[in-house]
Amino acid sequence: MMKEVRIMTKLETALLDLMKEDCRLPLEKLAVMTGVSVEEVAETIESLEKRRVILRYAPMINWDLTDRERVEAMIEVRVTPQRDMGFDAIARRIYCFDEVKSVFLMSGSYDLLVLVEARTLKELAAFVSGKLSPLETVTGTATSFVLKRYKEEGVIFDSGDSDRRLVISP
Amino acid sequence: MNYDRFLNPRITSVPPSGIRRFFDLASTMKDTISLGVGEPDFKTPYAIRNAAVDSIVDGETQYTANRGLIELREEIALYMDGRYGLGYDPKTEILVTIGASEAIDLALRAMLSEGDEVLVPEPSYVSYSPGVIFAGGTPVGVVTLEEDDFRLRPDLLEKAITPRTKALILPYPNNPTGGIMEKADLEAIAEVIRRHDLFVISDEIYSELMYDGRQHVSFASIEGMYPRTLTINGFSKSFAMTGWRVGYACGAKELIDVMNKIHQYGIMCAPRQGQVAAIAALKAGRENGYEEVARMRDSYDRRRRLMVSAFREMGLHCFEPYGAFYAFPSVRSTGLNSEEFCSRLLREKNVAAVPGTAFGPSGEGNIRCCYATAVDKLNIALDRISDFVSSLR
Repeated sequence: MMKEVRIMTKLETALLDLMKEDCRLPLEKLAVMTGVSVEEVAETIESLEKRRVILRYAPMINWDLTDRERVEAMIEVRVTPQRDMGFDAIARRIYCFDEVKSVFLMSGSYDLLVLVEARTLKELAAFVSGKLSPLETVTGTATSFVLKRYKEEGVIFDSGDSDRRLVISP
Repeated sequence: MNYDRFLNPRITSVPPSGIRRFFDLASTMKDTISLGVGEPDFKTPYAIRNAAVDSIVDGETQYTANRGLIELREEIALYMDGRYGLGYDPKTEILVTIGASEAIDLALRAMLSEGDEVLVPEPSYVSYSPGVIFAGGTPVGVVTLEEDDFRLRPDLLEKAITPRTKALILPYPNNPTGGIMEKADLEAIAEVIRRHDLFVISDEIYSELMYDGRQHVSFASIEGMYPRTLTINGFSKSFAMTGWRVGYACGAKELIDVMNKIHQYGIMCAPRQGQVAAIAALKAGRENGYEEVARMRDSYDRRRRLMVSAFREMGLHCFEPYGAFYAFPSVRSTGLNSEEFCSRLLREKNVAAVPGTAFGPSGEGNIRCCYATAVDKLNIALDRISDFVSSLR
């Protein structure tokens, strides 16, 4: 599948910058901040959605502050690429599992980096040994568990990024 | 004990900054959203911070040359030439100071004799007039008007000139109004300066923060003004480096020499780590087209539009500020004066703004609101101000 890469307009770039920080900003405010009409903002966002530049609007959740049991791991996977398909076919086989959050093709000593989420360690182990490793083209895996999350998508999880400015200054 | 005998009446006679009282009041309140700040909400870009950390680890802990590290002065020379078309000799015509504030103080002390008058456009930054008084001079306010977009008008300037007038402080882009001076405006001022044989201290600390395609024009680049101008700038606003305290002055060797005399006895040199960080800032900027500065400017610009539009929607007159990071809306229509408006806004709605009168008597009727604050907080603050304004009607 060919991806259509387009040069973003100044407005598109500005909207993406603003919305990646807060996608709940009302259209009216986005219009004021970018200096165009509400209609133009709405049309531009719609076009970004249609072209799948904007894929979804989701909150960033700190699950550590909830009671949800959750284990995450990063699995380095070595595979045998397939004729004509390269890595895409095996990547698809892997990303279709519900446990898999992300899959990346990597340069370096392994091929695919797979981010997996499960409720318990046991479930995660079962995924690796029962689902991932048995795939025909998978030749090896190395699983690392996430112990603590410091920063994700530009958001720092532990506090310590507070405003240190004086309340009033000349 | 009575200390009057031991204190200098010239200093004690200057009233404390109008900002101070608000600071004391605001500091006692919790969960205040402050639009009263005078600095960026960005941290210094990480690469710049790292350059300073490296220099500490490498043991760069000594004094530097009085005038500043030569490498920094060379970078400043390249910057002034590349950005504003001004040529300064890094060895003799550039002095690195502790923020632009020290540069202003040095210039005034280097130039003024007892009773010399200095023209200070108002409203403007709080330390010009006290600085003139501390240096033995007399500040003479020149009002700038909202109807002129707070530009300095040549006729009003000329009216304030007397035989004792020695210099003009030219503070554009302006704090607190956000006003700017374009080339034609500066040329008209230059005409007056030439005619009356005056000198100009041009405080261009906000030169990188101009919006909507406006380009900063340095006063020294106006025909005939180069030898009559001391150009002051720094890193605080453009590179979000307020706490580092690094600024500089560029001008004639004769003046820089005298400023350096005061600087070397009083200060020795600006802090080395700040200078190292400043070198990193300018070097990276030169190589990547000042992309960090542009990124911050774009972000300020969006918030500028948001704030100005919100004030207008509330029914407050707000002129379009094209520079710095302040809006200066008029609160006259509310029936309150600046002080009352800000005090009540703080007490009733927990939003801090600075009364225009803190920047000179002509600031009456306006308030200074800084839009260098996170968008979510800015929106809450503007909603609260809107509620407050509605409650007055």
